[in-house]
Amino acid sequence: MTTPTLPIPENRYVINPLFLFRWEASQNAHVLLYPEGVVKLNVSAASILKLCNGEYSVEQMIDRLSERYDGSPRELIGQSLIKFLEAANANGWINAVA
Amino acid sequence: MPTAGSTLSLDGEGKPLWVSLELTYQCPLKCVFCSNPVDYDSYREGELSTEEWKRVIREARELGALQIGFTGGEPTLRKDLEELIGYADSLGFYTNLISSGIGLTPARLEEMKRRGLKHIQLGFQSCDEQTANLMAGADVFRRKLEIAHEIKARGFPMVLNVPVTRHNLPQIPEILNLAERLGVEYIELANVQYYNWALINRDQLLPTREQLEWAEAEVAKFRERVGERMTVYFVIPDYYDGRPKACMNGWGAIHLTIAPDGSALPCSQARSIDTLSFPNVRDHSLAWLWQESDTFNFFRGDSWMKEPCRSCDEKEKDFGGCRCQALALTGDPANADPACSKSPHHDRILTAIEQAAAAADRTEALIYRDAGIDTCKGGCT
Repeated sequence: MTTPTLPIPENRYVINPLFLFRWEASQNAHVLLYPEGVVKLNVSAASILKLCNGEYSVEQMIDRLSERYDGSPRELIGQSLIKFLEAANANGWINAVA
Repeated sequence: MPTAGSTLSLDGEGKPLWVSLELTYQCPLKCVFCSNPVDYDSYREGELSTEEWKRVIREARELGALQIGFTGGEPTLRKDLEELIGYADSLGFYTNLISSGIGLTPARLEEMKRRGLKHIQLGFQSCDEQTANLMAGADVFRRKLEIAHEIKARGFPMVLNVPVTRHNLPQIPEILNLAERLGVEYIELANVQYYNWALINRDQLLPTREQLEWAEAEVAKFRERVGERMTVYFVIPDYYDGRPKACMNGWGAIHLTIAPDGSALPCSQARSIDTLSFPNVRDHSLAWLWQESDTFNFFRGDSWMKEPCRSCDEKEKDFGGCRCQALALTGDPANADPACSKSPHHDRILTAIEQAAAAADRTEALIYRDAGIDTCKGGCT
């Protein structure tokens, strides 16, 4: 257990099949498209959603993000990740896979 | 397209993010709440060709549009629908089909899936056959139910769009249960908005406040039971809310509708504003008509506003409501939407509510969408 705020470190996530996640040049950003809606994502949100492909556990996501954001404390990255995953899950963007 | 589900959490930054293509106004149904123009049949000739639609799709994408809706009338009446879906998908659009379901077949659904269609919004009137057919003016209930199953069997996200009137409102709990059994992710209980055919029939369609409050409580119970498995959209309609809707997120802000004849409209109802002329894609580029045309600039921003909108601290939130409703009920599209309790014309809404409540239910008084009908016999103004 890396951080105490990590509820299920072995969880993996996939993007809800209702949503289409892709780069949109005209917005210079990644977007989530879904029936009748659009969400424009900031860089950190997009970098997390790229890891929501069913392959990475939360633990492994933290590893990957720590490599990318070298210098940020691992615990802080873990906390922000969990916070984002919880919000994304509540918004229906992602689903946990067993 | 004044559907309440089209919310975007993204500022358009001047781009038409949402493009609706009204491929045709023709439709096998005769819905009493239809929002198509009352003179829809005069657009039978002169619909845009496949190549013209493709140019529209391409130019819209170049302007930064992300969402595209294929709608009508009944868009499946166009034989080139699959081709247009495929073209839009290849350019990066999120493709939405808005259909009554009539005209969809398993084979066509397979082809649309292959061409990259992302989502289907199915118009659905009721779980009760008699009510459904009464509202649609055609014997289509069983066919719709079959096609709903076919859509889900192919893994499409499906939004059920249920136009709410006093006829189907009492069935809302059963309609929600049916949607749950169908496996839909999202159901929109869309209070009918009173334009065109729906306005003609308003006295027979508008629910009472008591009915709406009952429905709201039933929706809350259902939400509690199903949790996150299904999203139910239901809000008290503008007639009863006292606040106007933020119609289209503002005129010429993020929505662009192209009518069957190529007219470019800030919303599907805009042509009712007959003091404006609507530029046609046959004569202009989409960039010009979106950015430069007088019509798209006419109600942009707030310099056109009169009081009480001009000094209202909610003008950034609701943009003064709906221009078409202001015109239809007050005679001037620059007036505040009379649905707003601050509007000096708000009494028109209150009168309409009283009038509808006093009107006895007479299904024989409903006027069905039909080409040959003299609609002014229905008491339109």
